[in-house]
Amino acid sequence: MEQFQELLSTNPLLLLAYLFGSVTFILGLKMLSHPETARKGNLIAAAGMIVAIFGTIFLYQHKSEGEGVPVGLHNYMWIFAGLIIGTVIGTMAAKKVQMTAMPEMVSMFNGMGGACAMLISLIEYRNDPLAPAGKLLIIVLGMIIGTVSFAGSVIAWGKLAGKIKDRTIPGGQIINFLIFVGIISLAVLVIGNFMPGTPALFYAFLALAALYGVLFVMPIGGADMPVVISLLNSFTGVAAAFGGFLYNNPVMLTGGILVGSAGTILTMLMCKAMNRSLKNVLIGSFGGAKAGASGEAKAQGAYKEISMNDSAVLMAYATRVMIIPGYGLAVAQAQHTCHELEKVLEEKGVEVVYGIHPVAGRMPGHMNVLLAEADVPYEKLLEMEDANDQMGGTNVVLILGANDVVNPAAKDDPSSPIYGMPILEVEKAEHVIVNKRSMKPGYAGIENELFFRPKTSMLFGDAKKVLQALITELKQI
Amino acid sequence: MEQVTTFFNGNYHLITIVILSIFLGIEVISRVPAVLHTPLMSGANAIHGVVIIGAIIVMGSAHDGDYISLVLGFLAVILGTLNVVGGFVVTDRMLEMFGKKKKPSAK
Repeated sequence: MEQFQELLSTNPLLLLAYLFGSVTFILGLKMLSHPETARKGNLIAAAGMIVAIFGTIFLYQHKSEGEGVPVGLHNYMWIFAGLIIGTVIGTMAAKKVQMTAMPEMVSMFNGMGGACAMLISLIEYRNDPLAPAGKLLIIVLGMIIGTVSFAGSVIAWGKLAGKIKDRTIPGGQIINFLIFVGIISLAVLVIGNFMPGTPALFYAFLALAALYGVLFVMPIGGADMPVVISLLNSFTGVAAAFGGFLYNNPVMLTGGILVGSAGTILTMLMCKAMNRSLKNVLIGSFGGAKAGASGEAKAQGAYKEISMNDSAVLMAYATRVMIIPGYGLAVAQAQHTCHELEKVLEEKGVEVVYGIHPVAGRMPGHMNVLLAEADVPYEKLLEMEDANDQMGGTNVVLILGANDVVNPAAKDDPSSPIYGMPILEVEKAEHVIVNKRSMKPGYAGIENELFFRPKTSMLFGDAKKVLQALITELKQI
Repeated sequence: MEQVTTFFNGNYHLITIVILSIFLGIEVISRVPAVLHTPLMSGANAIHGVVIIGAIIVMGSAHDGDYISLVLGFLAVILGTLNVVGGFVVTDRMLEMFGKKKKPSAK
């Protein structure tokens, strides 16, 4: 309270800028949750951010050592150089990234925010290693969360970009627990100043936090990565909020906490879509050894292939075709070709809809973003419940590079790691055509029995090439 | 214990803001169509880039001779800016596509 009054008396304009920033963040998040206002909401939040940043640069005052008069910030050269470098790199990276690589990019930017929080804590500690316990607690917490978020995000980025493989470390949970205990004990030592004059403690503690971040994400399977990114996103929010405590800065506080709580809710929504608990995601490794073993144990039946020509005929004479896109579509960059196929089919009087599973791809809503890029009309994208309702009247289901989201094991095999996850019930349709590159199991590493079911035919090949071939065939009919 | 009470008294307003913000965040997010999950995550990601303000404060109050602080602060400003700018630009790119196909359907 006192701090705010102090800020208000010396700096009413800055406080107003911060208030403006906080309000735009709330408005922005609110508008981001509606399709019509989303883009504007993003821009409003960005405007608020700019006001808060420049307000800080020009209006912020701090007391230097002792009781001196508050002075403004200096080192403008450094600040502006940093801002310019960050803006140029950030804009270039964000403009250049492929739509398919979006999740990695978000993870990377999130890691940068975590690293920023980590560095702030590090500098503040170096400036005042003997600060009162309250301040040290804030520094230490900001540092742990920021570091874990940074290290974890980098690993998540590496996994999504295919640079880091899933790896289960034997006894990993015990190791993680020991590290966690180590972090807490070192934190207590640092905060309580039990060993004054040993900054090495703080650095050991920083290293442990980074190691924890790495080991925390390492064993989590690829299919769960969206949940992890969302969780790390809310971590960084909380780390930013600790910065708000540190500087009594209301806009950092509101911005950070808003993202922290909103991110947590989003994480839970994602878990719900997969019918898994957060605990399960964090502890159980999805693509781990257990899942592979149960998959192999099952007898591999025979699957049948379908020719390009037969597939085209089947679809051309259908009343309704439902396309179910998955990560395979994203990898093949086939969203435009897919839209083209949809138009060709519609010219022939076939109704085409898309069945969108909430966690298809690598991120919730990934498929929506991808298909929107190809100008597929919004109304054609059916959410899972609607898609399942319409499945009965559908003649052909075309699965493009999706796997786990149509795996019947989720419904009828209690031993399956994805048991209980709501799926698109494609077997209610008359025919199922599955386009895949090979018989390899999906991202979660689970065998899919759907491919061996009587209604299913396989159409192997790269999604884009297959779609192009289908379009050619269709035009000849 | 005494320290805890002093901390609480001194930060009463901040704590109120935190608690209210938690509820606000939950309220604002709980009604989001699945379509918007990715842009929303990305937008929220940009907003926590507000941590840049801390980096600016650290940088701007570092002493001239303290090169370690200057270098680390400089790095923090760059990383924070990356988070903010990259986050907002990526989100805008995603949402740009939603806008394109929204128009014909509205008319």
